[in-house]
Amino acid sequence: MTTPLIELVNIEKQFGPVIALNGVSVSVLPGECHCLLGDNGAGKSTFIKTMSGVHKPTRGQILMDGKEVKFDNPREAMTSGIATVYQDLAMIPLMSVTRNFWMGREPQRRAGPFKFFDFGLANAVTMEEMAKMGIHLRSPDQAVGTLSGGERQTVAIARAVYFGAKVLILDEPTSALGVRQTSNVLATIDKVRKKGIGVVFITHNVRHAMAVGDRFTVLNRGKTLGTARKGEIAAEELQDLMAGGQELAELEGSLGGTV
Amino acid sequence: MAETSGQTPEQITAAIKDERLREISPLRKALIRPELGAICGTVLVFAFFLSIAGSSGMFAPEGIINWGTVSAQFAIIAVGACLLMIAGEFDLSVGSMIGFSGIIIALMTVQWGFPAWVSILTAFALALLIGALNGYLVIKTGLPSFIVTLAFLYILRGLTIFISITTTRKTIIGGVREAAEGDPIAWLFGGKVFNGLFVWLADMGVVGKFVAGPKAGQPVVEGIPMLLIWALLLIIVCHILLTRTRFGNWIFAAGGDAQAARYVGVPVDRVKILMFMLTAFCATVFATCQVMEFGSAAADRGLLKEFEAIISVVIGGALLTGGYGSVVGAALGALIFGVVQQGLFFAGVESSLFRVFLGVILLLAVILNTYIRRMITGER
Repeated sequence: MTTPLIELVNIEKQFGPVIALNGVSVSVLPGECHCLLGDNGAGKSTFIKTMSGVHKPTRGQILMDGKEVKFDNPREAMTSGIATVYQDLAMIPLMSVTRNFWMGREPQRRAGPFKFFDFGLANAVTMEEMAKMGIHLRSPDQAVGTLSGGERQTVAIARAVYFGAKVLILDEPTSALGVRQTSNVLATIDKVRKKGIGVVFITHNVRHAMAVGDRFTVLNRGKTLGTARKGEIAAEELQDLMAGGQELAELEGSLGGTV
Repeated sequence: MAETSGQTPEQITAAIKDERLREISPLRKALIRPELGAICGTVLVFAFFLSIAGSSGMFAPEGIINWGTVSAQFAIIAVGACLLMIAGEFDLSVGSMIGFSGIIIALMTVQWGFPAWVSILTAFALALLIGALNGYLVIKTGLPSFIVTLAFLYILRGLTIFISITTTRKTIIGGVREAAEGDPIAWLFGGKVFNGLFVWLADMGVVGKFVAGPKAGQPVVEGIPMLLIWALLLIIVCHILLTRTRFGNWIFAAGGDAQAARYVGVPVDRVKILMFMLTAFCATVFATCQVMEFGSAAADRGLLKEFEAIISVVIGGALLTGGYGSVVGAALGALIFGVVQQGLFFAGVESSLFRVFLGVILLLAVILNTYIRRMITGER
């Protein structure tokens, strides 16, 4: 049995009188894609923010490589190897791909008493890392704004991987994308997983989850409804769990099974 | 796709050209840079004045020094405003800061008898402090910098007049030049350099000499004013800082999307506060040069300078929303400003038309910038 890269045990989080998380347990193994499913308001966002150090859990434990850790801020989580790619805040459109890729960790070159941004190195690495992910840039100084939504997600993922992420949290990376772009992002997730990185893939789209997931955890009203391995559960069951059963089944009947 | 491992980055770059990407025309490529509008504007303005005022002495050495100095004044404050705007904020208190710093220097030197260098350093220290306070308030309250610095526009101007009136019963304090004679720092702001060069140029007949009066035999251009040197220095240093350093990347990031920048560990608050301090520093450089040149300070100096700085920056291609712009562009914006203001004078045109011109060029610049931004971000 491999030790999980990160394990969250019975996480509870309260905001004043609101109980956002009420005992959530999730573990991520090296090289697996763990899908976190849940409808809006299920507590997905609160949970990943706890994992990435934005929120501190009210109760519960976070273990990394079997040892308990506490993150005071996102920076600490990042240095421990937890990288988060947020859906809409991943990239700055007006800046070049290179500037975005290295933002916050710019490589420097010394010239006498001064230090300069080493664009030679930065551009070369950016082009190479992007090529590895299957994105072929026109030039590393093209603005991120010229890339498609899927490509932007991929730049952010490539960046996290290059800077040594062990656990990569993807917050609804496919929710705003078209069919083709979605499959590109899912292919990228597959590439990342093969490097031994643990991927946490948050989505409310069961088909996207089924395409790449190794394990599935469903959140509903701040609780885990259990974790299933690939092959142990059908898409319809996941869908029902997410929606809390009954109602969706009825809806699906009246809509002819298209949801 | 060919296997790319084991190749140099250049080969990879060459190998992975996407067949679906249409080659972009060189014109379009050239358009996608912030300075383009300012470069065109500069060429147009020079062509215009060469044709209508070419024989008026505007392009003789003393004429060049004349509009060069005016442009340098605009450039000094534009450089600070430029970096601050790229970092996503405004400073409307620049003009009031100019008046404030000037009065502090004159008051301390003339009225209270401090050596000029003590007064100058005190003015800089106070300005940096006020700049930091501006920045701190903007960051802590989360209010738009437009409002916070608008408050300081009034607070500083009011304080300046108050201090000046209560201590000297005047709003103009003179006699600074005499008091600053032989000072170890004051010459850095008021002096002229390369005198020898101009004496030599005059001997060679390139530069005219005074033919009568107390200065007879001396060249009409004494030297390069320190103001010009400051402007060039600030332009070069800030341009390199913005485009070639890690900190420059943080400035773009802070203005482009502060939250995204914070998520990857960019110290956005520190960057913004430092940029507020830079605009205050630039305003004080301007004020000190002016005080040393005129030998006096007045409480109403620097009126409307904040807008002139912002206009220069916008003509230079920066976006009002932050995250995009260029120091070289802002400097060209300042040059356009200076050449037109003085050029209308050389051409004998009614000077009130200057403001008409300003408004028109500002409008054109903003329209062009919006178009350029759409091209960069691929919006339709």
